[in-house]
Amino acid sequence: MSTPTITTETRPDPSASGNALTQRRSRPGEVAFRLAMQACLLIAFGVLAALLTWVLVKGWNRLDSRLWTEMPTGLVSRLDGAGVQSALVGTLWIISLVALICLPIGILSAIYLEEYADNTRWYNRLLELNIQNLAGVPSIIFGILGLGIIARALGLGFTVITAAIVLSLLVLPVVIIATREAIRAVPQSIRHASYALGATKWQTVSRQVLPSAVPGIATGSILALSRAIGEAAPLIVLGAVTFITFNPDGLDSGYTALPIQIYTFITRSQSEYTELAAGAIVLLLAIVLAMNSIAIFVRNRFEKRW
Amino acid sequence: MNPTDTTNRPGVSIAGVGAQSTGAPTPDVADPVMELSGVSVYYGAYEAVRDTSMPIQEKQITAMIGPSGCGKSTILRSLNRMNDLIPGARVSGSVTYHGQDLYTKDVDPIEVRRRIGMVFQKPNPFPKSIYDNVAYGPRVTGMKVASMDDLVEKALRDAALWDEVKDKLKTSGLALSGGQQQRLCIARTIAVRPEIILMDEPCSALDPIATAKIEDLMSELSNDYTIVIVTHNMQQAARVSHYTAFFTAEVDERQERHGRLVEFSQTGKLFTNPADKRTEDYITGRFG
Repeated sequence: MSTPTITTETRPDPSASGNALTQRRSRPGEVAFRLAMQACLLIAFGVLAALLTWVLVKGWNRLDSRLWTEMPTGLVSRLDGAGVQSALVGTLWIISLVALICLPIGILSAIYLEEYADNTRWYNRLLELNIQNLAGVPSIIFGILGLGIIARALGLGFTVITAAIVLSLLVLPVVIIATREAIRAVPQSIRHASYALGATKWQTVSRQVLPSAVPGIATGSILALSRAIGEAAPLIVLGAVTFITFNPDGLDSGYTALPIQIYTFITRSQSEYTELAAGAIVLLLAIVLAMNSIAIFVRNRFEKRW
Repeated sequence: MNPTDTTNRPGVSIAGVGAQSTGAPTPDVADPVMELSGVSVYYGAYEAVRDTSMPIQEKQITAMIGPSGCGKSTILRSLNRMNDLIPGARVSGSVTYHGQDLYTKDVDPIEVRRRIGMVFQKPNPFPKSIYDNVAYGPRVTGMKVASMDDLVEKALRDAALWDEVKDKLKTSGLALSGGQQQRLCIARTIAVRPEIILMDEPCSALDPIATAKIEDLMSELSNDYTIVIVTHNMQQAARVSHYTAFFTAEVDERQERHGRLVEFSQTGKLFTNPADKRTEDYITGRFG
């Protein structure tokens, strides 16, 4: 077999007339691919825009201070003066506790796995694999686990702390994976420079690696928390109360949360409830959006360029 | 084979230590500050460098030259236990520092690296201010310093960088040019007052003017420090060093490459009158 050779005949003849560089050739493949990508983007964006428009229009009448100053009610006659305060406060309680529980555990686990664990050991590889798997476990499974172990076996009951622990477990893999990515993005040369000056491992990690990884860790953590905020499935089995007219006042308090409240509103037939649900959805979206904005701000403000 | 037997090995001539193997005139040498004998470095089961023996003389510049993959950087990293950071790396033979074997169990690698600093191929300042880059070493090692400002200034002066940065000590080290960054890395290293500075191709990422500055700086620093430099640049080795070690890569019967020290001698002698044919071929540009 002879190998194909490139000869000078295949070159465009520079002296030939009519092959001017200014004659644009059409390239159908390029155009088609570009259109396909734009169509995909349009679908994703279009659905989101439609959803947003729908909840805004539907909930427009309820988008006022009543949402966060008034309690929900089960009586249609009182709906005019109802809001979702108890659910909002419940959500804020839960998310603060989730942050307190899952960020330290997740970040320290990630530091161990990335900086200390010997990846040639089978148990460390097993740990890694399982964390990846945990991230894919459906959230309802976490809810059932929490019901069996935390609410019943540990006797913590249907309380704020039970919900916070279960949601922490749920988003822990996300925090660990995001933190590991951030730590891994710190160049090895920085660690070597630190060691070469006689720094210890912990000094290197705490003074060089972590400060450089903070933007990534913060971004990942906030995104994990905003996922926990929107999570309803595990709370359904964990006894989030559907209509509650008091705010949680402690770790052992009963509670409800925004996603649950929205769910119970829309399962009712009256249109007033649907309106209130739409208002609550806008409120929940606003919180998530605010948190994501903080994540983007932190990333842009503190991002390191090497 | 007895790993400490550095003499009578075919193909390896060690002037100064096992001088009888070459018959060359012995350079007048004091007690070396470091000494390698029979050092082999393994990455897992692979023997990257085989059986290296050479001294490092105090307040002299020792250059290691040779083609890529000859193990010179590997040997350099074994001198302050930076190889510990590579999973699976292992050193056999002995590396002594003032007579103390660096690879015995009770040796703390942190303490080793405080005394034997390192400058890397690619300038790698911390993403911190110039001041904090220099102050980092003294801070983490808990050095007792009367005035950190004075120490930072002294280190930057010694690294010939002070005049260029004295008005912007609070700006990021990453904002400097490549050559300035490398001198910042040198300043950072000498701030902890090591006895020995290892340099792993410190000029390979720099332009000729920055290179000339670093070379001048090395000569200056050799009044106070022992320097070991790995370089691809033979002219650089010839210009700055007092001793030169020539390494090459050998292919064994199983087709594996192993780095090997071919010749160690005073720089002038190695470049003008090499004892080994392979050294001569390399420095005259016939291979590598």
